[in-house]
Amino acid sequence: MSVTDEELAEQREAGNRLGAPSRLRVVAGRFFGSFQGRAGFALLALMFLLAFAGPFLGRWSYTDRDFTAFLAPPSADHWWGTLQTGADVYAVTLRGMRRSLVVGLLAAVVGTTLAAVVGAFAGYFAGWTDRALTWATDLLLVLPAFLILAVMSPLFASGQWPLFVLVLALFLWMVTSKIVRGVTISLREREFVHAARFMGVRPTTIIFRHILPNMSSLLVVDATLNVSAAILTETSLSYFGFGIQPPDVSLGSLIADGTRTALYAPWTFWFCAGLLVVTVLAVNMVGDSLRDAFDPASGRGRR
Amino acid sequence: MKGYGGLRAESAGRPGTGRAARDDPAEPPGPVLEVTDLHVTFGAGAGAVRAVRGVSYAVRPGEVLGVVGESGSGKSVTSLAVMGLLPPHARVTGSVRLHGREILGADEKTLSAVRGGTISMVFQDPLSALTPVYRVGDQIAEAVRIHRRVSRRDAARRAVELLDLVGIPDAARRARAFPHEFSGGMRQRVMIAMAIANDPDVLLCDEPTTALDVTVQAQVLEVLRRARRETGAAIVLITHDLGVVAGFADRVMVMYAGRPVEAGTVDDVYLRPRMPYTAGLLAAVPRLDAAERPVPIEGAPPSPAALPPGCPFEPRCPLAVPACSAAEPALEPVGSPGHLAACIRAEEIEAAGGAPLAVRPPGALPAETGAEVAAGVLPASGVPPVAAGVPEEPGGRAAPPPRRDREVVLAVDGLVRHYPLTKGTLLRRRIGTVQAVDGVSFDVRERETLALVGESGCGKTTTLMEILRLARPQRGTVTVLGRDTAALGARDRMAIRRDLQVVFQDPMASLDPRMTVYDIVAEPLRTHGVRRPGPRVRELLRLVGLEPGHAARHPQDFSGGQRQRVGIARALALEPRLVVLDEPVSALDVSIRAGVLDLLADLKARLGLSYLFVAHDLAVVRHLADRVAVMYLGVIAEIGRVERVYAAPLHPYTRALLSAVPVPDPGAERSRRHILLEGDLPSPADPPSGCRFRTRCPLFRMLNGAEQARCVGERPPLRMLDDDHAASCHFAERSGAI
Amino acid sequence: MAGFLFRRLLNYLALIAVATSLAYALAATALNPRANYEGRNPPIPPAVVDARLAELNLDDRTPLPERYLRWASGVVRGDFGRTVTGGSVNQDLGRRIGVTLRLITAGLLLGSVTGVLVGAYAAVRQYGPFDRLATGVSFAVLAVPTVVLANILIIAAVWFNYLVGAHVFLVSGEATPGMPGGFAAQAADRLRHLVLPTLSLSLGLAAVYSRYQRNMMLDVLGADFVRTAMAKGLRRRTALVRHALRTALIPAVTYFAFTFGALLVGTTFTEKIFGWHGMGEQLVNSISANDVNTVAAISCFAALAVLAAALASDLMQAVLDPRVRMGADR
Repeated sequence: MSVTDEELAEQREAGNRLGAPSRLRVVAGRFFGSFQGRAGFALLALMFLLAFAGPFLGRWSYTDRDFTAFLAPPSADHWWGTLQTGADVYAVTLRGMRRSLVVGLLAAVVGTTLAAVVGAFAGYFAGWTDRALTWATDLLLVLPAFLILAVMSPLFASGQWPLFVLVLALFLWMVTSKIVRGVTISLREREFVHAARFMGVRPTTIIFRHILPNMSSLLVVDATLNVSAAILTETSLSYFGFGIQPPDVSLGSLIADGTRTALYAPWTFWFCAGLLVVTVLAVNMVGDSLRDAFDPASGRGRR
Repeated sequence: MKGYGGLRAESAGRPGTGRAARDDPAEPPGPVLEVTDLHVTFGAGAGAVRAVRGVSYAVRPGEVLGVVGESGSGKSVTSLAVMGLLPPHARVTGSVRLHGREILGADEKTLSAVRGGTISMVFQDPLSALTPVYRVGDQIAEAVRIHRRVSRRDAARRAVELLDLVGIPDAARRARAFPHEFSGGMRQRVMIAMAIANDPDVLLCDEPTTALDVTVQAQVLEVLRRARRETGAAIVLITHDLGVVAGFADRVMVMYAGRPVEAGTVDDVYLRPRMPYTAGLLAAVPRLDAAERPVPIEGAPPSPAALPPGCPFEPRCPLAVPACSAAEPALEPVGSPGHLAACIRAEEIEAAGGAPLAVRPPGALPAETGAEVAAGVLPASGVPPVAAGVPEEPGGRAAPPPRRDREVVLAVDGLVRHYPLTKGTLLRRRIGTVQAVDGVSFDVRERETLALVGESGCGKTTTLMEILRLARPQRGTVTVLGRDTAALGARDRMAIRRDLQVVFQDPMASLDPRMTVYDIVAEPLRTHGVRRPGPRVRELLRLVGLEPGHAARHPQDFSGGQRQRVGIARALALEPRLVVLDEPVSALDVSIRAGVLDLLADLKARLGLSYLFVAHDLAVVRHLADRVAVMYLGVIAEIGRVERVYAAPLHPYTRALLSAVPVPDPGAERSRRHILLEGDLPSPADPPSGCRFRTRCPLFRMLNGAEQARCVGERPPLRMLDDDHAASCHFAERSGAI
Repeated sequence: MAGFLFRRLLNYLALIAVATSLAYALAATALNPRANYEGRNPPIPPAVVDARLAELNLDDRTPLPERYLRWASGVVRGDFGRTVTGGSVNQDLGRRIGVTLRLITAGLLLGSVTGVLVGAYAAVRQYGPFDRLATGVSFAVLAVPTVVLANILIIAAVWFNYLVGAHVFLVSGEATPGMPGGFAAQAADRLRHLVLPTLSLSLGLAAVYSRYQRNMMLDVLGADFVRTAMAKGLRRRTALVRHALRTALIPAVTYFAFTFGALLVGTTFTEKIFGWHGMGEQLVNSISANDVNTVAAISCFAALAVLAAALASDLMQAVLDPRVRMGADR
């Protein structure tokens, strides 16, 4: 009557097929079931497509200068017009968006991971671990992030944008970490965590096996919303020249240039500003729909 | 229009309602509330949940109707529908007549004039049902001012009067307190005060005592009795506890899957049940006063979204015949007048002299215990013998060697656990020390069950956590399997964890919802180095009566009873010697409890386990425990063999506790003498000096001055008063006087 | 009981000290005040530059610890040193705090009150047309960065002024310098300057508050105590206002304190774009001007603002919510 692991694996698969659908599928079903989720996802996909495939369609590269057309309105040659420097707006805007998207995504992932680990360890171990980690969190929270990032901006010059991502992430995680800590403290007193502890499971194993997976919805939603926060911080910094450094471009630096000419050459401002707004909107919509999908009690299914 | 006056004057003088009507059976007054064919549906289409499917009842002034059902039976939804308090997306049809006037679907103006005035409601959880940011006096005064034109001051005075009426000491001062500053029992009194503020004619009580301890439950039921006396209101008491209804209600309605399945006078329904579900439910309740072990109803209630076409109880019914699944039986008169049952075999059951007790289907339990299946028929009188017999050794195996010859698996000696009590977020300060456990000693021997019983706040769970921590206690010693926990190294501690396992209260909370049942049961095996846990997991699931094929499912896919079986399987994975059970059945429905208790008894006999069983319910442990320890405010009040403690309790607290547990037998419940404790459990941060129970002790009040001084000044030691029966009371020998 | 408050304040002091020191060290390392004097025509003699830098405690040839100690000893006495132009940092920032306060008070009040009302009403009519509209608008506003929003407002104002042929909205500064006229004229002038920045601040705040208040309100709408209030005979609307909104306001009020603290140094874009000489503007300017002392002082002020906001938020919570109120008799 013994059963091999293979047999068991088969059973598990069968169980998944016959029994309740997997959680992932349920969440995905709910997410795509809402208009907001579908619209957000479609918009975001479109933005990514535009940022990564779009440049291949245009004739100009973002480094090209067309010396026959300075500040030219949109035309067949320059779809979205040109800047004062003769650069093609279509090419530079997509280039900037690509940079903003990559920076936003990476910073959000790094920041949320950091938040999860620090928060969970602080919450689970209490005592001195908690005090030390909480103090470090508070310290970063009281430091004016914008100022520190701006002061450090000379370091990000000449293609050092991955460093920029890391520093950006360093200022993104504190609030999430405090939430994670709170959730961990309540999860720690849940009976299934007690059960694991009383059967002798090691604390770090408990954190990664029981605590973090049980707040995965919180983390996923938070990571999504952090993407928009990171994109906004990046564009703000770049607006003042403290973020992505020339010759690289980002949506922020483009908007900064565009505002100067916006009144008489609207194409220099509206395309990059519009794309930024649409991207952030799409990310927020996806985040909000994900929250509803993970936790039906928080939205649609209430009452 | 009722004038503003005292409740007392009105109930004495108003004709046609209250006691005057009850005392005159010749001319019964018309029903004050009449519910006819009430249906409630949530949602629409295929996923629609028909929560209530055709409920009809009527109550007369001063009458108490008990509505009994398990969770999901639609009993609470019914009362919310009557009040018109269901959310807008609920579809409600039928008729609700209050004093003959239709109020179902009435406009908000009419409804709000009636709600809190003529008809009012007491909710289940008084903490969440009171607005946290307002003082309780103001909340009651608000209820008064909504319906009467009185000044703010008069309303406040009236609020104090009402608080006094429901037995809140020092009412004028307590009226200025906030809800969170009250204990659960006191909060429920506030709810009742608010509900009777305008002298209602109907009082709907939705599980008013479910969240409370038994001694507090007895107090709150007493307050409800007083409220009925004072207002002459009809009471609809909704509960899952058959015991509460037996002593309190005049008539009872049993609900199952959104429908009434049996209704009648309390005596008819309890003593001559005609619906197998009612009979099964009665047999499934663990009873304090009977030697028979509770008999489980197999299976679980159907999901309200997917009801079977026939009788909803048919899949679980021991008397089901093929015709049962054809159509749903109507609620029809059976036997005596006013007795209704929804069962096509009701007449046969009547002819047989009563409904057979629920039968344990073969195969649900291993053969050993299957032998003692109770398939008997209730005696015609219906009253089960009230005797304290010695429970049979489960499984009928050869009795183990005498207690003193068996090994001690757990010894706790003088255990102390205090923790600081802090307050405030801004100015956090230590305001005292909670003496959660203050010198507790007991031992558990091999193949023995010790039940640790007490009300909330008595320190039983803290004791258990201290044992499971396997670390040095603040004071005292804990010895597990011969090893002192204060001297354990990491490796030894891990080795002891193998032999010491735990089953928790809430099976949903104790199983990680993200893991499959396979991973849950395999976790202890993997933690302790078992490479291929597959075969063992299969074996374990079979052992606790689950399909091994369901291993790939998640806990959410199981019913409550099945989940608790998964928890038990996990606890048994490493073949432990001592299993700690923390209220393992208190989160389960009555009909499922007995099955889990059976399983625990059977496993103990088969595997030679020892149990430390923590519970708040004396009736639950009676049939499983060998010895019982009653805790009060961090100390043990009484400890001894189960049959001794239940038959001849020595400590006044044990006596009060035993008398407060309601018995699901109207005759017995009415004739029993209840010892009503006064007041609340004192704060464990500031326990009384000397004997901790003296502030509520009925015996204390009978003592003379010198004797009382002893209770105040000297802490009573746990005295051995009989063979293996000890109590910590200076005057235990005289406790029979109360 | 005072012990806990004392420990907490001590902890705050430590946080501020460490944060400010870190900011100083970072700024002193990364910023290069000497660059301010380079490339001048005629070139400034190096000796003069050195002397000037040494006077301002900005000389990069002095070891950092030494500069730090000199700066710190001043800070302990309440003096944050001199700006790159030689003025007192204290005086400069003191003036700027006033400007920032005048800017954010109206915006914060308008934004939070609008947001709370919109959010509460949207929650009560969940999935109704108003809720959908409010949700849509707040999503759109939240997706528009302040940079873009402020510039759009300016473009719109310029266009509007052009349409009516008068300068109705003034897009730069706090007041017209040398404006003649009495109090009424002065006030009107200030108001015309205030409209656009206030809008730019309050739109975003209102969007955040409305989402937040909607969630808080939804949490208490289904609460048992609202049902109890209706069971007492209160109309739904009264029950919602008196019981649900009162309880759901507590988190919003504490959040208000946090927003206030954050805005004291967080209105960089609004100030910069609308030409208000406040704290936020100075934050950007000081970095461009390599003004180490001002950067450190702003960091200190920001840390102080955040912690004071945290304290104020706890205090308000204690006042509003009896569950956490201290000294409740039990």
